[in-house]
Amino acid sequence: MIERIIIAGSGGQGIMLLGKVLAEAAMLENRFVTWLPSYGAEVRGGTAHCMVAVSDKEIGSPYIAQADSLIIMNAPSLEKFKSRVKKVSLWVINSSLAKPDNIKGGSILQHPFTDLALGLGNIKVANILALGCFLKYKQLVRLDTVSSVIKKFAPAGKEELIRINEQALRKGAELR
Amino acid sequence: MITGNEAIAEGALDAGCRFYAGYPITPQNELPAYMSRRMPQLGGIFIQAESELAAINMVFGASAAGALAMTSSSSPGISLKQEGISYIAGARLPAVIVNIMRGGPGLGNIWPAQSDYFQATKSGGHGDYHCLVLAPSTVQEAYELVKLAFYLAEKYRNPAILLADGMLGQMMEPLVKNPKSKIPNPKDRRKEWALTGCKGRAPNIVKSFYMREGDLEKLNLALQKHYQLIQAKEERYEGLFLKDAQIILVAYGTMARISKVALHTLRQEGIKVGLIRPIALWPFPKKAFAAKSSSKVRYLVVEMSYGQMLEDVLLTVRDKEQVEFLGRAGGGVPSAEEIIKKVKKIL
Amino acid sequence: MNKVYSRPKALKDVSTHYCPGCGHGIVHRLIAEVVDELSIRERVIAVAPVGCAVIAYDYWAFDCSEAAHGRALAVATAIKRVRPETIVFTYQGDGDLAAIGTNETIHAANRGENLTVIFINNAVYGMTGGQMAPTTLIGQKTATTPLGRDAQLQGYPLKVSELLAQLPGVKYIQRTSLQSVQDILKTKQAIKEAFQNQMNGLGFSLVEILSPCPTYWGLSPLKALEWIKDVLSKEFPLGRIK
Repeated sequence: MIERIIIAGSGGQGIMLLGKVLAEAAMLENRFVTWLPSYGAEVRGGTAHCMVAVSDKEIGSPYIAQADSLIIMNAPSLEKFKSRVKKVSLWVINSSLAKPDNIKGGSILQHPFTDLALGLGNIKVANILALGCFLKYKQLVRLDTVSSVIKKFAPAGKEELIRINEQALRKGAELR
Repeated sequence: MITGNEAIAEGALDAGCRFYAGYPITPQNELPAYMSRRMPQLGGIFIQAESELAAINMVFGASAAGALAMTSSSSPGISLKQEGISYIAGARLPAVIVNIMRGGPGLGNIWPAQSDYFQATKSGGHGDYHCLVLAPSTVQEAYELVKLAFYLAEKYRNPAILLADGMLGQMMEPLVKNPKSKIPNPKDRRKEWALTGCKGRAPNIVKSFYMREGDLEKLNLALQKHYQLIQAKEERYEGLFLKDAQIILVAYGTMARISKVALHTLRQEGIKVGLIRPIALWPFPKKAFAAKSSSKVRYLVVEMSYGQMLEDVLLTVRDKEQVEFLGRAGGGVPSAEEIIKKVKKIL
Repeated sequence: MNKVYSRPKALKDVSTHYCPGCGHGIVHRLIAEVVDELSIRERVIAVAPVGCAVIAYDYWAFDCSEAAHGRALAVATAIKRVRPETIVFTYQGDGDLAAIGTNETIHAANRGENLTVIFINNAVYGMTGGQMAPTTLIGQKTATTPLGRDAQLQGYPLKVSELLAQLPGVKYIQRTSLQSVQDILKTKQAIKEAFQNQMNGLGFSLVEILSPCPTYWGLSPLKALEWIKDVLSKEFPLGRIK
């Protein structure tokens, strides 16, 4: 079993962090994982992405040409990857900022993660809402493992940050 | 989880490196950033140099003064450091140089490549010298091999290069900090030759300049003897299924991990594939090619460059008919599927 | 009888390879005298340049490192940072310090490295055969300016000391010459001060020394000293710059 995920959005949306949380959780569940960011000039100009592979076996390339799943957080990222990837099994799309037109193949989960995050009181947790939504569908790692990673990653004394991320994770997992 | 660049920095610190000088260049920037944070905490020295030239010459100075010193860069920056590396080799100084390779020639791009193989293994600067060259293929191994690089650099008083690519530098993988892996031997660290002020002894001179007739030739002959010793003792490789393989993939670094995926897929289909993964690129692991099943075995060299390591394989195997090649560069990375296709075409 | 003159302990008992009338031998000795007088021979580390003084380490009786051409201040920066208890100085010519090594010079100075720099300005490249230096005067004939340096084509004599004086990291800059005995004594005093600054942790100190090169100036040793006084020091005025 190998699951290859591309997570894309814009700078400030917590794209890299979303990938790291997912990869760290998979590592804690004893899977092989790799995480590869976009870097250098590629992160200028509106889009940033990272690639996460989770597998039962050693992973060859951390670079993902053929993704199994995409988590898309804004319109430019959707444009960028729509034409690049084939045979995708799952699209998770932030409908606050991207409209999923002309997508061929695969299931589509679209929710207004940015608006939902604002509703929770912090626009920055849109990424974790999307992660919750993705995990409910893919069952790649347990939500409790993700919770422990969130606690680990949060700076000391930021109880409120942990609470709202936790809330976002669970709410994301309830979305249909 | 940690990036390859940060794992290398951490390994260097665990090896006892307390001097780092470098100049920013993608895709290795996480390494100096990590050093700038950690060095002051450990009482070490971090300098963001004004250029690659200054950085490598700071490493020369630090090493001359007895410190475990390191610099890192990526391909174009490593080209700039070649003069300094030649001086380090000529002055018999230990030092570690990390090259997180990117596409070339020229400014090229920032995507992973293995196009600096010749530069690293054949003495990239002027003069007859060799650097030890180690090539990790995972984040864990990057951490282990940078420690080994310091161990070998100190043991042989010779520059050692850690040669990885942008993919390995940028990616995150789990890291288990291994306190048992090799770190510089205290015996090699006594350094009677270092510049410390000549209290209670004759003055020391660190130099690579020999004007008197015959002196430089003597130094060169000593270096050649030294390189023969390293070649005899420091070959390193990983071999998979070499006993029964009909075709053996030869790949290092990132390309080796991709080759492993191809190997396992082909094995499942019953195709007898093996792998030689050089861990040391210099000295090149010639021994690996002696352990083959029969003289009929074929080799497929896979690189993110256009036939650089291929030359060392040809020098080792000697029979051109036995050796095939698959390579891409300039940011192109051969996929497992491409390797599988090529293997099937050859057999 | 009292012995009033002898070889400094910091100078090896060998003869130098320098041309008759060259200033390098004088400055080597001045440095050795200062090192003896400050009792720092066992903690001083010199960084030699590429240029005529490339084998300065064969003449000094203390620890020395070579440096690639122009990189002396990068090498010295690292030695001093690794061993702050030592007294580290570079000895560089005008090509080494002001052409190929300008970047290292400016940045070591700007970082305020606690180092001493002895800068030999003889307005010409000696080791390679008398080519134009960054400090060559307008109209001065060299192997690569056979018609004399032309500002239109080769620019102007570079005044590194005045440039460096702008930098907040720089503590002390003095320009001296070897044109007379009095000037040699002033040079020694300046070298001493530059070393004392480092010993007191005050920061970057540089002494620029106008030094004769009779061979590539095409002058007798005596005329060369007069040329420093009458011509070279007009372009590069002596005295405290910072």
